[in-house]
Amino acid sequence: MITLSKLAKTFQTKDGNVTAVDHVDLTIDKGEIFGIIGYSGAGKSTLIRLLNMLETPSSGEVTIADKNMNQLSKKELRQARQEMGMIFQHFNLLWSRTVADNIAFPLEVKGMPKAEQKKRVDELIKLVGLEGRGGSYPSQLSGGQKQRVGIARALANDPKVLLCDEATSALDPKTTDSILDLLVDINQKLNLTIVLITHEMHVIQKICHQVAVMENGLIVEQGPVLDVFKQPKENMTKEFVKQVTEPEETEEAIRHLFEKDGIGQILQLTFVGGDAKKPLMTDIVRKFDVSISILQGKISQTRNGPYGSLFVSINGERELIDEVIAFIREQQVEVEVVHGE
Amino acid sequence: MNRFILNTWLLPNVNWENMWQATEETIYMSLIALAFTFLFGILLGLILFLTDRGQLWQNKFIHAITAAYVNIFRSIPFIILIVLLIPFTRTLLGTMLGPSAALPALIIGAAPFYARMVEIALREIDKGVIEAAKSMGATNGQIILKVLIPESMPALVSGITVTAIALVSYTAMAGVIGAGGLGDLAYRDGFQRNNPDITLVATIVVLIIVFILQFIGDYLTNKLDKR
Repeated sequence: MITLSKLAKTFQTKDGNVTAVDHVDLTIDKGEIFGIIGYSGAGKSTLIRLLNMLETPSSGEVTIADKNMNQLSKKELRQARQEMGMIFQHFNLLWSRTVADNIAFPLEVKGMPKAEQKKRVDELIKLVGLEGRGGSYPSQLSGGQKQRVGIARALANDPKVLLCDEATSALDPKTTDSILDLLVDINQKLNLTIVLITHEMHVIQKICHQVAVMENGLIVEQGPVLDVFKQPKENMTKEFVKQVTEPEETEEAIRHLFEKDGIGQILQLTFVGGDAKKPLMTDIVRKFDVSISILQGKISQTRNGPYGSLFVSINGERELIDEVIAFIREQQVEVEVVHGE
Repeated sequence: MNRFILNTWLLPNVNWENMWQATEETIYMSLIALAFTFLFGILLGLILFLTDRGQLWQNKFIHAITAAYVNIFRSIPFIILIVLLIPFTRTLLGTMLGPSAALPALIIGAAPFYARMVEIALREIDKGVIEAAKSMGATNGQIILKVLIPESMPALVSGITVTAIALVSYTAMAGVIGAGGLGDLAYRDGFQRNNPDITLVATIVVLIIVFILQFIGDYLTNKLDKR
């Protein structure tokens, strides 16, 4: 559906050239929710703007639905953009227009007759759950409602692709979840391909099928969300995974807890999919002469299945503990010694 | 009865017919000049904004020429501008008499003034909104008509209010070249013939016109602003 090959963008600034996107290759399949995560300055905003040519690439190619976006004439590019929706962190609604007129904007751009516009706007208002608010102005809406208008506007021309530029970053956690649910809903209903950029791993975990991690203009790691959660390879990825698996204080609390006694090893177990249901702890205690205490556990749902992490401390003889770790690995559960040794 | 008392006891030298005619002339000059200033100011302001760096029609050459024109005509004191434009006005209208003769100078003097305000108003528009319109495949024309102008409308209206009030005071100076109006009346019949009551009444009428303009401008600005 979307293919990027050797895509690069360099900006000329006073302090020399800055490469925002550095020869990125990426393939996004139809109907997929593809997340790109990175800290600010990683180049993800530039990358998403290269998809609809709001930024012109310095080199490389963007192909969307078999169309080479680089080679389109101005007119063809405008038509291609009408087939792609985009939503923004700060919504970018026209304050001078009502909700209904904002949603009608892309229809006006396309030149749809007034009567049809009205019908389509009514459908969209219903789709995003804003019944009865069509006559309000954006200033009268909450952030979540504004983003719903943004989504309705982006979907007005039945796009094949929806680009989300930090769409939930300006929203509170509860509103974020409701917007994410709406995105999943339209992804399924309309079989829409969604590309989103974010700095919140929560967003990736909750709705994405695939994830790419960006750092300094490069994609450092990429794969199905569950795989990346299970075995993050790069440090950057590990940091992001920690955002959702491990509450901030965990590490500190554990260190504090075991400072005095200086005993035990702490293991982090990572369960994926059906593994989460295995009676692993019971098996270990029955098979080996060790004692285990559970420090913290968390289970999260991703689009590819559940994902859990468990912190346990384990006491026993050194050899036994090594055997236990080997046993855990045999069960296809990821294990990492985070403290002790 | 009332009118009699006023004429006799308080304002002995005011000829109300002349006063009314002068008022009409001032209103005529201000309103016609205002309409053209609005039009040319928005055009110039759009050119200034759109040809600037990073904007839709980025063009150094046109930007520099427009900016130079705007700066020059904004800087020339109005009284001098009128005199400088006498040959131009004469060619255009064939006469230098009557309120219409003041119009070219009024418009040429006020349009650049308003153009800068238009430019500022357009710069205030959130760049994200323009980006959103682009992402929907809007043409530059659609962006101008459906985004730039409506989104900056309250600032455009409050800018034209300020310009309108400046125009009213410009018309007073236009009296110098024989354009008529309240300024002319206050100066020639009031000051030169030593009739202070005429100057007083003419001033009050100008004030009333200014207050009305400001009221209309404020009302429209509030009404248009949905932020």
